[in-house]
Amino acid sequence: MSNDVFVVVEHLKGKIGDITFEMLGKAREIADALGGKLNAVLIGDALLAAQLGKADAVLHIGEPMLANFTPIAHKNALAELIRARAPRVVMIANTSMGMDLAASVSVSLDLPLVAYCKNVRVEDGKIIATAQLYGGKLLADAEATGDQVIVSILAGSFSADAGRGAGAPVVEQVSVTTNDGGVRFKQLIEPEAADVDITKQEILVSVGRGIQNADNLPLVEELAAALGGALSASRPIVDNGWLPKSRQVGKSGQTVKPKMYFMVGISGAPEHLEGMRDAGLIIAINTDANAPIFDVAHYGITADLFDVVPALTEKIKSQ
Amino acid sequence: MNIIVCIRQVPDLIEELELNDDSTGLNREYLKLGVNEFDDWALEQALLLKEQHGGTVTCLALDTPDVDNTLFTCYAKGADKAIKIEGDFANGATSHQAAKLFADAIKPLPHDLILTGVQSVEDLDGQVGVLLATYLGVPHVSVITGVQVNSRVAVVRKEYAGGLLAEFEVDLPAVLGIQAAKQAPRYAPISKVRAMMKEKKIETSISRDGTVDAGIAIRRLFKPENGKHAEMIEGDADAVAARVVEILKERGLVK
Repeated sequence: MSNDVFVVVEHLKGKIGDITFEMLGKAREIADALGGKLNAVLIGDALLAAQLGKADAVLHIGEPMLANFTPIAHKNALAELIRARAPRVVMIANTSMGMDLAASVSVSLDLPLVAYCKNVRVEDGKIIATAQLYGGKLLADAEATGDQVIVSILAGSFSADAGRGAGAPVVEQVSVTTNDGGVRFKQLIEPEAADVDITKQEILVSVGRGIQNADNLPLVEELAAALGGALSASRPIVDNGWLPKSRQVGKSGQTVKPKMYFMVGISGAPEHLEGMRDAGLIIAINTDANAPIFDVAHYGITADLFDVVPALTEKIKSQ
Repeated sequence: MNIIVCIRQVPDLIEELELNDDSTGLNREYLKLGVNEFDDWALEQALLLKEQHGGTVTCLALDTPDVDNTLFTCYAKGADKAIKIEGDFANGATSHQAAKLFADAIKPLPHDLILTGVQSVEDLDGQVGVLLATYLGVPHVSVITGVQVNSRVAVVRKEYAGGLLAEFEVDLPAVLGIQAAKQAPRYAPISKVRAMMKEKKIETSISRDGTVDAGIAIRRLFKPENGKHAEMIEGDADAVAARVVEILKERGLVK
């Protein structure tokens, strides 16, 4: 085993995601603390290596079958590389792609995995990962009982700027055995055109499961209209078919940064926070005083939305 | 087509979560458990596929408190068989343990497709679906919002950020981590659940191979620091509305 740290580079449509730079910045600290090297593992698009200056080296796997992400083929490639090089820490994004990689590599190589990590540190030579549990209500400091560990990192945990480096890293070509393992990439499907582009709105009123049923939506729609903004939503509202996918804020929805984000009946699951934490002003109404959203919001209201929302709409209209 | 749905009971997040004496886990004595919501979507997807293609839906769950009620609810919704896996789950189970137990129980059962929720609030050591697939040695795809089955392959849609989807072809048998089904989970009336309690039996399965060690130790569980806690606005609805308007005015967000 080495003291090296691997960061698995996540990219889509020729662009490296911010989460990769977040991981590179943190991995630099970890590698320096361990006295090991920081290696970025880049599967696919070789041109992206030039952006990975924060790493000491880029391990590039360029087999054509791996040009597009596929769960098993990428897992097989990654597992082969980890088995051969035995890094101390492997960082993988806790994203749609990373979720398929981290857990399968964990079982394939019998390595421990700490998922949903918000932080990773070295303490007395040991790797301690802080993971988020129970919808953000609790954090866990977890330690691998063996020498090596895989950590999957939640987006928004670290500074992405800290992971952008100007240097041109050494690129080492790595050859692996390819095998699709029964999953074949077919195509990417772009989202349907939106009636309203919520990423361009200055004011969003966002509604969550606290609204109870679709019949209550006009209540929040009226508030959004009074504020001159648009209506957005958390995942359950869209999954239930009450609003179109284009209105969804969060991990697999849109990332928004309005001047004001007014949250109605949203508890603040990590997947939602990922899409809105940078809003200028966040005001949240929720009946649960312990809802995680109150740790992110600037202003909080513990009340029944069915009392407050109509009163507020009325007040704004009368201005 | 034989579909298996793996279901877990997880803590109800509406309730306050209490830590055990050394803060390494939850105090489970009075913990209220409910079905992991994504597993409910997985069951819905399974029932929709059964309606379309025929076959059977078998629900598997670990023998945690109140699991019988959950499994009879699965029957009431249209499942054909319910099996609970016996073992000591007094302190819950890690994702690796749950996945291994599910894998051992599934091996002797006929199965073409295995569906489970994409994640749960207890997934400290990874998502059960992917772990389960790897133990079984079958393909997996997670974060699925669309499944079509054609003969021996499934065409699935996986969500990326921003509403982008990736389509994959997957050889069966396979495990899919379901994010959402085509329609919201169906409702089972209590009367029907009660009727199922009289009519149906829950089978039991005992793990043959024991469990696995996830290889991580929890040093402590703790609440996030409330350093950036919101400034709370108190008062009745009118007072709250007045204060919010004041804040918006200060920021030039309303005239």
